[in-house]
Amino acid sequence: MNHFLLAAALTLSAPAAMACETVAIGDLTVEHAWSKATIGAGRPGVFYVEITNTGSTDDALVGIATPAAGMPMLHETVVQDGIASMPHAMSIPVPASQSVQLSPGGYHGMLMGLTTALKEGDSFPVTLTFEKAGEVTVNVDVLSLRAEGPDCADAGQ
Amino acid sequence: MLGVGAYRTRNRPALSEVLPLPIGEMSWALTDHRDQSVRPTDWAGHPVMVFFGFTWCPDVCPTTLSDISLWLEDLGADANRLIVALISVDPERDTPAVLADYVSSFDPRIIGLTGPADEVAKAAADFRVTYRRVDKDGGDYTMDHTAGVFLFHPDGRFASIIDFHEDRRFAVPKIRRTLS
Ligand SMILES: [Cu+2]
Repeated sequence: MNHFLLAAALTLSAPAAMACETVAIGDLTVEHAWSKATIGAGRPGVFYVEITNTGSTDDALVGIATPAAGMPMLHETVVQDGIASMPHAMSIPVPASQSVQLSPGGYHGMLMGLTTALKEGDSFPVTLTFEKAGEVTVNVDVLSLRAEGPDCADAGQ
Repeated sequence: MLGVGAYRTRNRPALSEVLPLPIGEMSWALTDHRDQSVRPTDWAGHPVMVFFGFTWCPDVCPTTLSDISLWLEDLGADANRLIVALISVDPERDTPAVLADYVSSFDPRIIGLTGPADEVAKAAADFRVTYRRVDKDGGDYTMDHTAGVFLFHPDGRFASIIDFHEDRRFAVPKIRRTLS
């Protein structure tokens, strides 16, 4: 992905908090997509989102893609015997009638090879690929490095 | 629980081998994010809160720093004498300048510490912290590391650990117990 396209993607950002939008595909709803500002482009960014499966069939998130990063991956932070590591997650289950959160300290998208540093207030698209429901694109709000999540009126836990 | 002193069973190491040393018995020499040298003796008489991490990590470390910032806000001026330090387990990439940029996003009482690899290793050994480099495709690497937050009394005695994922309602009272 070249810089021009990314710049175009970033200028799509509107002042309204896109993290509070809900996007649906089939039985899945995807909302509260957010990221944290990075120090430069050399360090990876992170991607968090909430997925709800209102259907009766299990699904799974199997991949993410974005013009903002050359090598986006799914990770899971695991703390075992007090030691934190973040192995690659081949897929993240989205069971029927359940919600799954990619959130700090758990599952997350790891955005390696950032095209440009992520700045607070920016926004960029991420396309999620589900095993059954297919692909859906959400807009991701870049919050501060310190943020713990987007401030949405309906942001229930 | 911590008052029982060292004991040893066949399968378990002595407590003195798994609990952090008192600050006064530590021997590392590191540099803070303002390029000032810091030694354990500089912390004498202060309650201390330390955790290990690295700025390349986008999940665990900023989450811990956000939590700590909230705890410090809860404690307000009571925590002004508390030394709060992030010790980098990735000194190769975490220069004082990088740490300065990083900690500027969080509570201003948090300092970043880095230094030569052998001094970082000494600090990790003193705190009984484990860390290890994990190489990724394309020459990149990440670090696995102990994720807990260590608390010490003003006289340097180890007080307690706040585990990653521990409920915030327990964290603030634990810190408060080291402040008096
Ligand atoms: Cu990760």
